Amino acid sequence: MNMTGAQAVLECLKREGVDVVFGYPGGAVLTLYDELYKAQFPHILTGHEQGAVHAADGYARVTGRTGVCFATSGPGVCNMVTGIATANMDSIPLVIISGQVATPLIGRDSFQEADISGITTPITKHNYLVKDVKELPRVLKEAFYIASTGRPGPVLVDIAKDVFDTSFEFEYPKDVHLRGYSGHQEGCQGDVVRAVKALAKAKRPVLLTGGGVILSEMAEPLRTVVQQLGIPVVTTLMGKGSIPDDWDCHLGMVGMHGSYAANMAVTQCDLLLAVGVRFDDRVTGDAANFAPQATIVHFDIDKVEINKIVHADISVNADLRWSLPRLCEGLKPYGQSLYERYEGWRHVVLSMKKAHPFATRHLEGTISPQAIFNAVQAATDEDTIIVTDVGQHQMWSAQFFNLNKPRHFVTSGGLGTMGYGLPAAMGAKIGCPGSTVVLFTGDGSIMMNCQEFATLHKYGIDVKVVVLHNNVLGMVNQWQRMFYSGHCSQSVIADNPDLTALSSAMGVPGSGVRSPEKLDDAVSRLFHTEGPALLDVFIPPDENVYPMVPGGKRLDQMVLGGEAQ
Amino acid sequence: MTKQHLALLCDNKPGVLTHVAGLISRRAINIECINAGYTEESDVTRINIVVSVENRWELDQAVNQLAKLIDVIKVVNLDDAPFVSYELAMIKIRSLTPEIREELTNIANLFKAKIVDVQRHSLTMRITGREDRIEALLEMLKDYEIIEIARTGQISLSRGETAVKDM
Repeated sequence: MNMTGAQAVLECLKREGVDVVFGYPGGAVLTLYDELYKAQFPHILTGHEQGAVHAADGYARVTGRTGVCFATSGPGVCNMVTGIATANMDSIPLVIISGQVATPLIGRDSFQEADISGITTPITKHNYLVKDVKELPRVLKEAFYIASTGRPGPVLVDIAKDVFDTSFEFEYPKDVHLRGYSGHQEGCQGDVVRAVKALAKAKRPVLLTGGGVILSEMAEPLRTVVQQLGIPVVTTLMGKGSIPDDWDCHLGMVGMHGSYAANMAVTQCDLLLAVGVRFDDRVTGDAANFAPQATIVHFDIDKVEINKIVHADISVNADLRWSLPRLCEGLKPYGQSLYERYEGWRHVVLSMKKAHPFATRHLEGTISPQAIFNAVQAATDEDTIIVTDVGQHQMWSAQFFNLNKPRHFVTSGGLGTMGYGLPAAMGAKIGCPGSTVVLFTGDGSIMMNCQEFATLHKYGIDVKVVVLHNNVLGMVNQWQRMFYSGHCSQSVIADNPDLTALSSAMGVPGSGVRSPEKLDDAVSRLFHTEGPALLDVFIPPDENVYPMVPGGKRLDQMVLGGEAQ
Repeated sequence: MTKQHLALLCDNKPGVLTHVAGLISRRAINIECINAGYTEESDVTRINIVVSVENRWELDQAVNQLAKLIDVIKVVNLDDAPFVSYELAMIKIRSLTPEIREELTNIANLFKAKIVDVQRHSLTMRITGREDRIEALLEMLKDYEIIEIARTGQISLSRGETAVKDM
């Protein structure tokens, strides 16, 4: 089939089953957008390239499919860098297609030229610069394969402007041939056996689940293990949803803002079964004293993660799709015996969970953060997708909002990108139009990509935005009050614009609420509003997220606060 | 700190060196030298790296991180088995008088170095060998005025018939 490079890009997207692209046009991609116009390919025009990449990321997180975005050369795709790094840290499959200046102009500091493959090398799983149209089908085939298989991640394909215009004989390869990469990763049965034996010997085990469980769609087999063993569970931020939050043995999130029971259980356990986690410093605190009494059993697809931060006594280096079913199988012969064996330990951790639940201060006359999550929880069903920005509200969302399903909690975990929430929620809604999508954000974060309110309005994308409005950059402010002598340096934003007026100006109706008595009504009105809407909830400026493990301290050195004290 | 000799087989495609160099800097891997060249297979480039590591953990991290790159086909640590390792150096030395030229020629002969360029006021030696032999020659040349030095860094092969690709 004879076609141009631009037609070939769209043909490849069709063959890969891509149903929507998020993007922003510009000089180097004019030909591509001309073909997109002719083909009427579904495209969401965002207000900013950063919005497009986060939207593709949100879409990928809720659907499990690869998110795709387009940008022009230079400033266009440079605006995507933060979003690419965000996806890379959280192992989210994206294919970013950018225009580059024409081949003869590359390297000459041409107008809107930037070496984006050089710039993104440290923050992509892989990247390409395409200067020959004949390479295009193979490169795009590889890009989708690499992004979506193994440990997923973003792949950038930078295409020179003249490549889009050049005609060639198109043939889409059936398979990829990569000598240095395989999307399948099987492990060693002996390692699984060792893991099973260690569990059978343990008296005080804890299961730590992470984002890998969600990315690999392996929540179900893991739930079977949890039900059979009655093993206490803690999750990372990225693992939220892998095990239902309302299960009795679920102790909550672990780490810097983890629950008392989760942090103490990890500190006291004699075996830590870590599945699909990478031991981020926000999880481990002082990594040298993390789970000090435990035999560490680490299941992960990425060999680099084994022993990177925490030494694994037993490691199963394989795709969880290979290893978890084998773990289930290996545990079957033990039946209920391990459930009974862990009984005493379960009693210990459950009493800690009961004694120290997540809580914020009880407030008179003003709305507490906890009350907001309770109200939204009551007003929504269990298919609701929660998206967050970054900061205090993000931690409270993880602490207070109970979720039962994987791929229903969308948050920038590893990179902690403020401004992620609004565009990601937009992508999530497009990916799952049948689910209610709620964005919890702060008055700091929402300003960072607030241009996307206009996109929500333009396409009628039904995202409900709940702003926890405290007039401060809450997490920064909390650290300053706790560790920097109360110097609230540049963290007070009381002169922010009226957020309801801001969103209304872009076509998204908004309302505010200050008094606790009116909260339930306000939340109910939000969910009865047709289309996108905003609720600006005012909370006190001096609320802290507790518990808190100060940077570099052990998990058991957490500071308790609020009602949990 | 110990030095370890790594052999990387990579796809012979544009961008490979960027990816390898980018990873070395991003993961703060200490490298002593790096070089690249064609191999017996036209689509494979071999990159030889000598890394300095404090311990086994640091080495494993470096090897695993490099192996994870999509265009790296294989990474082998040659220090795990007997291997041979050589470097080539060229040294340009000022020799203003016939006496100096003769002295330098004698030193070159002692080290089995070749003199590959002779001019009225300079000569250039070429030496191949293990790193310590090159260092010993440079030590001997300290009494003379060295104009410039170019070194390839070490390239290494395992002993015996097995190739890195089959390891």
